[in-house]
Amino acid sequence: MSFPWAQQYKPTTEFGQWMDDRLPVGRMIYNSLGAGYPTPRNLNYMWNFGSLAGVFLVVQIVTGIILAMHYAANAEIAFDSVEHIMRDVNSGWMIRYAHANGASFFFIAIYLHIGRGLYYGSYKAPREMIWLLGVVIYLLAMATAFMGYVLPWGQMSFWGAKVITGLFEAIPLVGKPIQELLLGGFAPDNAALNRFFSLHYLLPFVIAGVIIMHIWALHIPGSNNPTGVSVKGKQDTVPFHPFYTAKDGWFLGLALIFFTGMMFFMPNALGHADNYIPANPLSTPAHIVPEWYFWPWYAILRAFTFDFLFVPAKLLGVLAMFSAILVWFFLPWLDKSPVRSGDYRPRFKKFFWFGLIPCIVILGICGGAPAEEPYVMLSQLASAYYFAHFLIILPLLSRIEKPKPLPNSITEAVTGKPLPQAS
Amino acid sequence: MVRFFGILIGLFFAGMLVYSFGRGAVEYITNPPTKAVEYQFHEEPKKVSFASDGPFGKFDNQQLQRGFQVYKEVCAACHGLRLVAFRNLADLGYTEDEVKAIAANWIIETPSIDPSTGEASTRPPIPADKFPKPFANDVAAAAANNNAIPPDLSLITKARGGGAPYIYSLLTGYTEPPAELPEANRPGPGLHYNPYFANLNIAMAAPIIQEDQVTYSDGTKASIDQMAKDVSAFLIWTAEPSLIKQKQTGWAVLAFLLIATILAFLSYKTIWADVKAEKKKKEA
Amino acid sequence: MASVDTTVEPNDPVTSEPGIGGVRRRDFINIAAVSFAGVGVVATVFPLVNQMNPSADVLALSSIEVDISAIEPGQAIKSSWRKQPIFIRNLTAPEIEAANQVDISGLRDPETLADRTQVGKENWLITLGVCTHLGCVPLGAAQGEVKGEYGGYFCPCHGSHYDTAGRTRKGPAPTNLEVPEYSFLTDTVVKIG
Repeated sequence: MSFPWAQQYKPTTEFGQWMDDRLPVGRMIYNSLGAGYPTPRNLNYMWNFGSLAGVFLVVQIVTGIILAMHYAANAEIAFDSVEHIMRDVNSGWMIRYAHANGASFFFIAIYLHIGRGLYYGSYKAPREMIWLLGVVIYLLAMATAFMGYVLPWGQMSFWGAKVITGLFEAIPLVGKPIQELLLGGFAPDNAALNRFFSLHYLLPFVIAGVIIMHIWALHIPGSNNPTGVSVKGKQDTVPFHPFYTAKDGWFLGLALIFFTGMMFFMPNALGHADNYIPANPLSTPAHIVPEWYFWPWYAILRAFTFDFLFVPAKLLGVLAMFSAILVWFFLPWLDKSPVRSGDYRPRFKKFFWFGLIPCIVILGICGGAPAEEPYVMLSQLASAYYFAHFLIILPLLSRIEKPKPLPNSITEAVTGKPLPQAS
Repeated sequence: MVRFFGILIGLFFAGMLVYSFGRGAVEYITNPPTKAVEYQFHEEPKKVSFASDGPFGKFDNQQLQRGFQVYKEVCAACHGLRLVAFRNLADLGYTEDEVKAIAANWIIETPSIDPSTGEASTRPPIPADKFPKPFANDVAAAAANNNAIPPDLSLITKARGGGAPYIYSLLTGYTEPPAELPEANRPGPGLHYNPYFANLNIAMAAPIIQEDQVTYSDGTKASIDQMAKDVSAFLIWTAEPSLIKQKQTGWAVLAFLLIATILAFLSYKTIWADVKAEKKKKEA
Repeated sequence: MASVDTTVEPNDPVTSEPGIGGVRRRDFINIAAVSFAGVGVVATVFPLVNQMNPSADVLALSSIEVDISAIEPGQAIKSSWRKQPIFIRNLTAPEIEAANQVDISGLRDPETLADRTQVGKENWLITLGVCTHLGCVPLGAAQGEVKGEYGGYFCPCHGSHYDTAGRTRKGPAPTNLEVPEYSFLTDTVVKIG
């Protein structure tokens, strides 16, 4: 659909031809993930994380469906049913640990995928819709992960549910009724657990649906690439299959080595000991933190310690936390620099590597640390930079920055010398 | 327009945060926070290793059986093991008959119903039963233990940040409170000083108090250290009975993945070889 | 995901150089990589399916011990074994007599009462309370229930009649009520399973 030189799907069997005339599934796959998708030839390994995130979503859906065969979404027995999976179900421990660590690996892949997009300007025209759908996927994934963490009904599950629904309480007037609506009670209990289970089962399929749109939107302009220069002709691309299927394939093997290493040898390293204590509504753990992938947002939430006029600090924190993600929806229009790739934007590059990345890392560390100094002050500075980066620096930068000269084409960038026809 | 509002919002949030930071920093300098007393006296778990540690670790069944004996004779009166079934003891090397005898002679009976009257009663456990709870409910547990509920031990080594070394340290860590300990942090009535416990004062009295408190059938000298270590090892097993299986499966999976990944990498290299060659050709 | 097709498009930059035996080295590597990925997928499927088998706690309950001292002749009790009803019946002398008089050559599933009980314990008929037709629970074990035309059990779902030895005599049931594995631990305690 994208480039005129894309290879055409040719059914090799009579049955294939028969199918192609009626339900061209083969053609669709061929054109989206097969040889029919011309892909820039210069993609680096940062372009591997999209497909990797897709694989981990599949891992999560498969293991999740299996866990649901044994799990009981009832506050009385949810904790014990998880232990039943761990102790009595055949290979139950393997499936549960795959699911628990799979969530982390899904987020690792998704964060690197987002970071790739941020650095190489993959959110810019004509790819805004891909980016917007991606942010939607990320939001859905966060909701899914949060509700999934509630299901084992340990101490962290319970208090996580209480604290996160407590965020809605910050909304003036309607906050309390909304929190009670979400929980189906005054504190997390059976009603909340059941609806979280239902939605935790539903949302991954919604995510899969949005991913289909994400890929669909991708195939209109085609993939971005490390130079950010648009594809000029056939010499700039290779067919997705076998070139990128092979690259994604071996990289998947590498990722699975890390994944299974975690899963079999340190399965609880990313979890929290308190979640092996059954939920107790009468006692809060000494130090409650969300899962690591929420730490930066949690740090922004806690960074607001002072009221502003009539706006209480709690509400400010909630607004800031949601704004921090919602700002991504406006990113394509905040950063109007015509140059996509950070490689050709010297100042942007400095702000990215020495501003944004350290800022996110500091926010992550602060979000996982107890709410005490110096973490609170650090998170305040880092949050300030975070908002400044997206809302002030990027809009201004695109006006004042002088980009480096761009290569004429991808092929020129790869071979290091202009092509005869390009010079 | 988007950028204009964006900059305004950005200035607002960043401004609020910088303001908060400034106030916090002034507060920090003029009135530096003091660490809670617990932090000064609290100690990290001792370094201790177990046979099941590390990627090649294995359970030492002799030790687990000794640990089970310590649990049975020292801990079981107050601490339950509600997620573990008697049948699981077969993993420790007990025979089917031994497991049956352990279950039938257990100090606490399994709640049941009198078949003739329907009234609540108890019966001796069978291997398929989980370890019966020592107290009927939390209220009973609290009432019998000076208001502190003895935690269930099934998952204790996974449910405490320090893991098994923490349990070992706690069991061997009872001391007299140091002289410089402030009055407010001294153990009150019914509490006992233990620097490994989060708030220094634990309701449980030292459970392992003298040598040969239990008599090991395998002849091992039952020193306090040995008993604490054995029961900690046993509690590693109760928390993660499949621990060794996990590691063994992990090695098989890793070996397979390593070969598969190398093959996939070579395949990737051969597939791309001509594109790379074309690039070289162009450079030449 | 990791599937790598070994066919090469004619206009691809990858051009073929036929080697010894027609199979090029690169084809071999691709085939090996894809095969390995396939083996990996199959190996992964095993635990994903095996988890549906009975779990350890279910298997642990696969034998029970039942006290039968309170069952008078002519009475039966229903117990539960593997979440299925089990009928334990203390046959009266006339019932034993009736069962032994049947000519087994005419039966759909020829078995004598002795085949279905243990030596010296012929009065104890222990069967699953599961109709061999489609799995309903037959009547006749509890006091006052219909025992069917042959004085044993009667399945109301599709009208199967069992005699005093639990043998199918009339109706659609293809085989006799199943006798589980059991043994007498003492005169009054029987272990089933």
